Amino acid sequence: MRRRRDHLLFKNLDWWSIATYLLLVFIGWVSIFSAVYDPEHSHIFDTSQRYGMQMIWMFGAWLLAFVVLLIPARTYVLYSNLIYFIGILLLVVVLFLGVERSGSRSWLVLGPIHFQPAEMSKLFVAIGLAGVMSRPHFHIQNRRGFLQAAFLILFPMALIFLQKEAGLAVVLTAFVVVLYREGLSGWVPIMGIVAVVLFLLSILWDPVYVLWLCLGVVFFIGFLESPKKRPVLITALIFASVYFAVPLALKLFSVDLFSYIKKYQWFLALAGVLSATLLVIAFKNKITYLKVLLPVFAGCVLLVFSVDYVFNKALKPHQQARIETLLGIDTDIYGSGYNVYQSKVAIGSGGLTGKGFLQGTQTKYNFVPEQSTDFIFCSIGEEWGFVGALLVISLYAFLLFRIIIMAERQRHPFGRIYGYGVAACVFFHVFINVGMTIGLTPVIGITLPFISYGGSSLWTFTLLLFILLKLDASNY
Amino acid sequence: MNKRGKNAIILFFIVGLLLLTGKLFFLQLINKEYKVTADNNVLRYEIIYPSRGLIYDRNGAILADNKAAYDILITPRELAPFDTADFCSIFNISRERLVNMLADIDARRQSIGYQSVIFVRQVSNQQYTHFLEKSYKFPGFSVQTRSVRNYPSDICGNLLGYIVEADKTYLERNPEYRAGDYIGRTGLEEAYEKTLKGEKGYTIFLRDVLNRIKSPYAEGAYDKPSVPGKDMVTTIDLPLQLFGEELMQNKVGSVIALDPTTGEILTLITSTGLSTEYLTNFGVHYSQIISDPLKPLFNRAIMSSYPPGSVFKLVNALIGLEEEVIDPSTRFSCNMGYRAGSLTVGCHAHPSPTNLVQSVMMSCNAYYCNVLRSILDNPVYENTAQSMDQWERYVKSFGFGTRLGIDIPGELTGSLPGSALYNKMYGKNGWRSLTVISLAIGQGEIGTTPLQLANLAAIMANRGHFYTPHLVKEIPDDNAAQPKATQNHTLVNPHHFEPVVEGMYLAVNSPAGSGATARLAAIPGIDLCGKTGTAQNPHGEDHSVFVCFAPKDEPKIAVAVYIEQGGFGASQAAPVASLLVEKYLTGDIQPSRKWLYERTLEQDLLSRHLQ
Repeated sequence: MRRRRDHLLFKNLDWWSIATYLLLVFIGWVSIFSAVYDPEHSHIFDTSQRYGMQMIWMFGAWLLAFVVLLIPARTYVLYSNLIYFIGILLLVVVLFLGVERSGSRSWLVLGPIHFQPAEMSKLFVAIGLAGVMSRPHFHIQNRRGFLQAAFLILFPMALIFLQKEAGLAVVLTAFVVVLYREGLSGWVPIMGIVAVVLFLLSILWDPVYVLWLCLGVVFFIGFLESPKKRPVLITALIFASVYFAVPLALKLFSVDLFSYIKKYQWFLALAGVLSATLLVIAFKNKITYLKVLLPVFAGCVLLVFSVDYVFNKALKPHQQARIETLLGIDTDIYGSGYNVYQSKVAIGSGGLTGKGFLQGTQTKYNFVPEQSTDFIFCSIGEEWGFVGALLVISLYAFLLFRIIIMAERQRHPFGRIYGYGVAACVFFHVFINVGMTIGLTPVIGITLPFISYGGSSLWTFTLLLFILLKLDASNY
Repeated sequence: MNKRGKNAIILFFIVGLLLLTGKLFFLQLINKEYKVTADNNVLRYEIIYPSRGLIYDRNGAILADNKAAYDILITPRELAPFDTADFCSIFNISRERLVNMLADIDARRQSIGYQSVIFVRQVSNQQYTHFLEKSYKFPGFSVQTRSVRNYPSDICGNLLGYIVEADKTYLERNPEYRAGDYIGRTGLEEAYEKTLKGEKGYTIFLRDVLNRIKSPYAEGAYDKPSVPGKDMVTTIDLPLQLFGEELMQNKVGSVIALDPTTGEILTLITSTGLSTEYLTNFGVHYSQIISDPLKPLFNRAIMSSYPPGSVFKLVNALIGLEEEVIDPSTRFSCNMGYRAGSLTVGCHAHPSPTNLVQSVMMSCNAYYCNVLRSILDNPVYENTAQSMDQWERYVKSFGFGTRLGIDIPGELTGSLPGSALYNKMYGKNGWRSLTVISLAIGQGEIGTTPLQLANLAAIMANRGHFYTPHLVKEIPDDNAAQPKATQNHTLVNPHHFEPVVEGMYLAVNSPAGSGATARLAAIPGIDLCGKTGTAQNPHGEDHSVFVCFAPKDEPKIAVAVYIEQGGFGASQAAPVASLLVEKYLTGDIQPSRKWLYERTLEQDLLSRHLQ
């Protein structure tokens, strides 16, 4: 009985997704061919070249996809914990037995096979998370549930950071999307985004301006929330006038306040007094919104002052440089900004319809580094122009659309949670990867799904997608 | 579960992908900057330098052509240890110098990258051959052939100008030039840069990020061959130019000879000028040239403005005639000078009184003081200022106080006073004809260039008109760039010239004892007309000036000679001009005048300048 159903399952597959998948893989193969084209090895099947190798990865991926479709869907649900555990084990093992490649220790070598467990982490985190969160009494709104989910994401993330694969670790934050879909308050992702923005602003601006911005926003929210508007306005005015008037008044007596303390110290002193006063009032009069707002402000202040430490101590010089390049502080196009600059030149020179297949001079002559892996999008942008780039982005958009449709139509929450995990990973990879080639996001070295050269990436995304297809087809 | 979450996520995805699309739109369709960069990145243009156009004299003799020069290039990335002693001996440089040069290259390593830069500039042919024999011993060194100027005859370099690498300011002003291009500076090389330079060509190669040449781009379809510069025939008469330079040796000053019927300059000499051997490698000799007290870069023929001295009496005589304040029979007496109240303008001893012809012949100062006063105090005009301005207009029509428009850069206007200047100096109505009496004899506020004096000689020869003096006769391949010699008329009627020319003729050709000033210049068989001048020089000996033309009827040559600190015009300038005329008209110096030729060569006036 089950056997017969399994045979039928091939009919229920979402062929739209499979077609899009095959198209993207094919585009990838051709782009790699074009990016590393060598007239002496002009055959796309030549396995001494990357394009030939990619063909082998492609066949491998399809074999894997076929195997996945043969395995009963419930296996992933039943063994989700085991799969997650094996994944974590690999991440630990690689820390000890891994081979060091360009500064990071993330590759496992088993004879001829080289692979990167960190790249695979998306897969087992998606399955593990789906397994835990689809349990009957799991609620993300509960503290216990939240902490469980957070741990499932943060633990492998920490292990990957230890392997010095910061990019692949950051990818896992994409799973916040899954948590949000399952009922996590929208404040968590918003706070996250606010934190990132504040972090970047603190690098760009003098801290005093960032502090003023925070305070301004706090006053604004207070103004909206407070039943009486006037006291909020008066408080804001008093604060601003004291901040500016006192140093001016002191100057009349030829005392320069800012020769004794720095501007931000003066600001903090005043803000401290204000916060303390407001806190007392908040507790006396039981004003709820103030009780929330004040800690948030305190948090912002802490963040602003941690930036200096995080940026200079926690980040490595090349990571600092990448952020500075992104923010336009570092414009050294022959130094740290070289990759992004050359990549922008390649894509920008493509124009509307591109230079044509194999005619891309920027990528073909090695101006763009990592052109077949992380910067493969350059080749597409240069040779196929805006039209080609838009086509690729549209394909991703369509695929994401299909994935969400599949996720939403799952009867079992496992399928839905897993589906959103797949969507989140694909989106994050596409957004960051394409973004970094055009100077929109920092260069963190992650691949373009289905297109970039390399077995680990292609196989991981193939598995991610086909497990979802199998779940969908059998509608477990 | 909740649809809100799903929609928010879809919205989030859409916003993200739209951000990417927007940035791509801007990058690929709006911003053009990256397109240009991509071309620069990948195409390597190997410049093919054109050879400069040749410069010929009027009879086809070569003044400047080109020869191959060899620069030794270094490619730091390909450098390997080599036999430094051998290298030093080939190029005749000291070991310390080589070490310094290599250290200098090493310091620039970063910016040089994979390129080659010049290591030793312009090595000799012999050094080049030696290097070629042993080049296998010097990895990282190569030879670049370049064409440089060659001067078959050593003529006055100021006339031709020199060639240097374009500097930063030049590149900023002339965006069509690139760093490393050579440009003509001063003289004909600068004036006719556009004609002579030719067009650079290039071969396009594709290169990769390491600057390795991958292949010729599109099989050379877009390559451009270089176009050699256009040749140029000048008006210079090479034998005459060389002869003039010989006569001017050890003297400071200038000589200009021109054909009055066309304005073609036959000879243009500034002494002491630039030797052509400095022209080829100007940069190397620069400090030496700049520190020379005789200022070889200074083209005296067009850049110096001196008082013309007595030569200017010709102009005053003509104005007097035209204004009808004198006529050829007007006589003024001279008693060793002109006296008016406390003012005295001295004169030399000569028969008195004189008529106009005699006054030119004997160069009487008193006569011209009277002439100028008659011009300025002419009752036809309301006041001195008006008559002064009328005088200025006349003088200007002779080409004084303006640029004549010779086709080499740097020509001065000279200075020509008018009532405005004197009003400024003395206040309105604060001056009268006596105040400016020095102008009568070519002294005072007037300054002229030797070229303007040569032009005056041409005007005298033509009896009242002149052609713009110019140096280029023909550009066979480019008629448009040729200078146009326009005919200019003075404000003086041609028939007034005859008595003045007669005076110039007698000044040279009168018998001994007649008081003629330029008898030294007389050439048996040739009717030479001339006028001497002696310009007062507060800094030393007076300047010696002579203008002349010959023959008297149908003149073929007009000459001006200005010799600084040469003393009397007759003693130094007149023989030079006279010998030049004889050489031009007869091709030789007749035996009876060999002594004058030899005397002129022996004159060494440099010591006067070097004190």
